Amino acid sequence: MSTPIVTNTDKSTQGLAPEFHASSNRALWLLRSILSTPMGIIGSVMVVIVLIIGIFAPLIAPYGFAQTNFEVPFQVPGTIGYVFGTDDLGRDILSRLAFGVRASLQVGLLAVALAVVVGTPLGLLAGYFRGLDSVISRLTDVTLAFPFLIIAVGLAAISGPSLSNAAIALGISQVPTMIRVVRGETMRLKSADFVKAAIATDASKARILGMHILPNAASAVIVQATVILPTAVIGESMLSFLGLGIQPPSPSLGIMLSDAQQYIFRAPSTALFPGLAILFICLAFNLFGDALRDALDPNSKKGH
Amino acid sequence: MTRFVLTKILHAIITFVLSGIVIFFGVRLLPGDPALAMAGEEATPERLDAIRADLGLDQPLLVQFLKFLGSIVAGDLGDSTRTGLPVTSMIATTLPVTLWLALYAIVVAVVVGIALGMLAERYRGKWPEIGSNFIALLGLSVPNFWLGLLAILALAVSLGWFPASGYVDVLSDPIRGIYYLTLPAVILGTSLAAVITRQTRASMIETMGTDYVRMARAKGLSRPRVLFRYGLRNSLIVLVTIVGLQLGGLISGAVVTERIFALPGIGKLTLDAVFSRDYPVIQAVVLVITASYILINLAVDILYSVINPQIRVSEDAS
Repeated sequence: MSTPIVTNTDKSTQGLAPEFHASSNRALWLLRSILSTPMGIIGSVMVVIVLIIGIFAPLIAPYGFAQTNFEVPFQVPGTIGYVFGTDDLGRDILSRLAFGVRASLQVGLLAVALAVVVGTPLGLLAGYFRGLDSVISRLTDVTLAFPFLIIAVGLAAISGPSLSNAAIALGISQVPTMIRVVRGETMRLKSADFVKAAIATDASKARILGMHILPNAASAVIVQATVILPTAVIGESMLSFLGLGIQPPSPSLGIMLSDAQQYIFRAPSTALFPGLAILFICLAFNLFGDALRDALDPNSKKGH
Repeated sequence: MTRFVLTKILHAIITFVLSGIVIFFGVRLLPGDPALAMAGEEATPERLDAIRADLGLDQPLLVQFLKFLGSIVAGDLGDSTRTGLPVTSMIATTLPVTLWLALYAIVVAVVVGIALGMLAERYRGKWPEIGSNFIALLGLSVPNFWLGLLAILALAVSLGWFPASGYVDVLSDPIRGIYYLTLPAVILGTSLAAVITRQTRASMIETMGTDYVRMARAKGLSRPRVLFRYGLRNSLIVLVTIVGLQLGGLISGAVVTERIFALPGIGKLTLDAVFSRDYPVIQAVVLVITASYILINLAVDILYSVINPQIRVSEDAS
């Protein structure tokens, strides 16, 4: 299937697309707008912290994520050399947390990428061509009928549980919402004056979709992406907790929680930190996402 | 109205058949030879052929697919390779557990969500709104199975208020049954409650700002009356959609909740089947879950059109 997506910011479209601002100015303006509220500042700072931990995990971790030391199992948090303590195998919890956050982000970003890459073109097509709408809607319904855990169960049964299968399952399950969001935006934009003008100038359909509708639907896609990311992060931890996601010895916050469940009474702190880490990541992106949505759509302030 | 309902039923049937095709071919993508898996490595070729013939694997795909559809209609989903029991009876014993859990979770989420959402709308800009917003944000961001572990640790083990695990049939002993399901249902309902809180607040604020509500207030109707008569009615429309959309997440959440609280539901059946490669059970469970999803959403769509006449008019026209 050919995807008529052109993300080229041609100056000549500016006159036709009043909603579309020059990208660099717009990014600055957006950032300023996000940082104008306390929640936006907190969210942005938290997102930056999460990204730093994810990117620099090998530098942050004092030990390897699978490095066992049977002489120091169940060290309490605050022990010298083990800030967050150790688990049953004497593995450093700080190191495992850092790599776990990295894995969560990997799965989250992969799922977002899948939902955006598959959902956006289908949403554009469904919103623009009425004939395709019902076909794509039925496909959306079928996908929605399979909860992400069931898709993950299927993929795990077919090719074994893994990080990429978890990401694919979570990404697929988010495609329908992405399609719906983009479809709605496309239908709205289709009747906007600047699109009508483009249609009148006999522009090709690919050009209208790619140069006029897509850039203006982009903000909705980005907002939806900030919703998908925390959902996928929680989903990954759930799948890994159940043994359907990332496999040991690879680090995952979900695996850490599943290990901790076995000795939760002996060392409750082993169950505390991975959960707090997931909470932190999700709060970061939810706060940031809310601020972004308010910045992109001032009308939503009164609502959400 | 009739046309709207018929269209929805037709869509549901199409969706189910397409899901059936996905499941059928998905199962055939599974690695390994099911006959070999059933008979073991030492089986003779004759024995393998016999099992293949028994499973109908020697027939053309189309015939296999039609038989597959036929067996669904007949309600015969085969036998578990792990326990040897008929899959239908295994589902019949586990599905009610999950349905009660999910229903209870939805009730908790709706009650808590509407209460918090209305509170936020009533006290705009004051601490109840800030508190409600914060709780909703936390509810959206917290992994519910982690919350479950903490709840077991605090409320079940330390304080002893709730049982940490176990299930009592709700129909045979409603009080104990509901008591045993309370903690799991609250945990499962957390994220749904958060979504409902946000939506209730948003739609309440929107409705209370409309001209017809101002008119009603000017006419002398008391605020609570307007709130329940107009505000809540509009929120309900949104609510029905949300519950329908969140159902998939709720089913996924139920699997992990059942695992944590050791509930003998369909989630446990699914996980046991996956880890023992019990393909007939996996196939049947996926089928039952998708079918329930489609049926519940059909019910939601029809309910939706009953609450909101606008929808059936506009969809009929299209």
